[in-house]
Amino acid sequence: MHPTKDYIVKEIQNLINKLKRQIVLATVAVGEGHIASAFSILDILWVLYDRVLRIDPKIPKSDERDRFILSKGHGSLALYAVLAEKGFFPASELERFAAFDSPLGGHPDCNKVPGVEASTGSLGHGLPMAVGMALGLRIRNLKKRVFVLVGDQECNEGSIWESALLAAHHRLSYLTCIVDYNHSTDRSLLLGDIAAKFAAFGWASTTINGHDHDAIYKALIRNESGRPIVIVAETVKGFGCKQMENNPAWHHRAPTQDELPAILQELV
Amino acid sequence: MRKQFVKTTEDLMAQDERLVLLLGDISVFGFRNVFKLYPERIYNIGICEQAMTSMAAGLAKEGLIPVLHSIAPFVVERCLEQLKVDFCYQNMPGNIVSIGSSYDYAALGCTHHCPGDVASLRALPGMEIVVPGTPSEFDRLFRAAYANHHPTYFRLSERSNQESYEVEFGRAKVIQRGSLATVIAVGPTLTRALEATKELDVTILYYTTVAPFDEDTLRENCQREKIVLVEPYYAGVMVADIHSALGYASVIIKSMGVPRRFLTEYGYAEEHDEAIKLTQENIRAQVEEVIRV
Repeated sequence: MHPTKDYIVKEIQNLINKLKRQIVLATVAVGEGHIASAFSILDILWVLYDRVLRIDPKIPKSDERDRFILSKGHGSLALYAVLAEKGFFPASELERFAAFDSPLGGHPDCNKVPGVEASTGSLGHGLPMAVGMALGLRIRNLKKRVFVLVGDQECNEGSIWESALLAAHHRLSYLTCIVDYNHSTDRSLLLGDIAAKFAAFGWASTTINGHDHDAIYKALIRNESGRPIVIVAETVKGFGCKQMENNPAWHHRAPTQDELPAILQELV
Repeated sequence: MRKQFVKTTEDLMAQDERLVLLLGDISVFGFRNVFKLYPERIYNIGICEQAMTSMAAGLAKEGLIPVLHSIAPFVVERCLEQLKVDFCYQNMPGNIVSIGSSYDYAALGCTHHCPGDVASLRALPGMEIVVPGTPSEFDRLFRAAYANHHPTYFRLSERSNQESYEVEFGRAKVIQRGSLATVIAVGPTLTRALEATKELDVTILYYTTVAPFDEDTLRENCQREKIVLVEPYYAGVMVADIHSALGYASVIIKSMGVPRRFLTEYGYAEEHDEAIKLTQENIRAQVEEVIRV
């Protein structure tokens, strides 16, 4: 008997909550981490790795893989949790997050972590690297897709818009950029309709609820002829944990021992 | 040197399908033949050096060998952080080829001067730095290093030495051996250094690779620990390497090069040479002074 849709949704929610608990617990030992940024992108990364990317954790450098760059490198905890769940490395590594000799740092290092395509952290680098990879794949005649996730505040960087021009000019249709629009930028520089801005640069654009798995999946599998694709994902920073949601105090910190039980209780 | 860069690159692109050229809207006419021959491997990226640099690292991630090209301030200083993170930190192979060294474009003013490129790049771990003295030296050095799996900077100058040597990547050349002092000339300063030291009993070492620094040649040939260092960029960049090579022994170094101030005059490069005393006459004076010490 096939499981019902409700059962599957519940099962995925349980899994997402398990990953969120792992993310919270990973920060405890070192006493820091960008939990809220990880929570805003976790649903997107899970759907991407579970249902879209053609990857093999046993051959993380295979030419035949699809590529994904986490341009907003401070969301690394979400990427680590998903990569571990997918078998790129043991989940126990998360417990040593950001320890002196841990491969898993506050920002990801592609020379240390299997499955990490680029070392990011300084904003505005991942998208242009993804543009180069997409162009490189075309030069090599390899029909693989390149995905990249940027933050909304990262879109303050001029290099994002340089890249937007370049990707459209060179018709990189195998490139998909996901904008995690968790409204971090609203405190400093209003970006307004990001999808319209990318569209004006020549991209195919769509806006979705970045926590709706079906919407994420439909947007990610979209194909376009001759144009790169941007998915503007409306998200909530700290999604799923009420005290963290849209609370700047939680941008970069770990829970205290007193706060921990209530947070974990919320994530079940 | 720029013509040689075009010639060498065109030749290598015929042999090596991994080479991809990204131009910051510079030398586009010079490379017109490559645009016809290999349109899928040459791109005029436009004026967006930061994205161009990261994009080149992306090409390197796909196994290609990018060559980035623009005027020095724009392909080094404008995108220094991209070079640091995307090339050096990630250890991506690639080549950065600049034109307009130091004050080659004197009349264009300080926005187009770049005497700080080597000092800036020397601060990036893993960045190789090559300063050829002539077009044929560029050809030798580029062929030797372009595919060596490291990021490498090639600093092309408008002016060249009168004579070319069979230089090797990563090795200094012993031009002559003497006993009273050592003169270290970098790239296009060699002719001036040779003219300045005529009939003087000094060792002359010629460096065309600044990083990785060739410590061995210096150690084996340094006379009396009296050194005159002649660099065509900000003075003193190699001083720390020299001290390290000589085991931090007591050593006298007269350091000549471009002073760390904006050269706000225009005119010709030769006039700036005179103004900052990076001349044959002053090299002679400094060498004679160090010998007397």
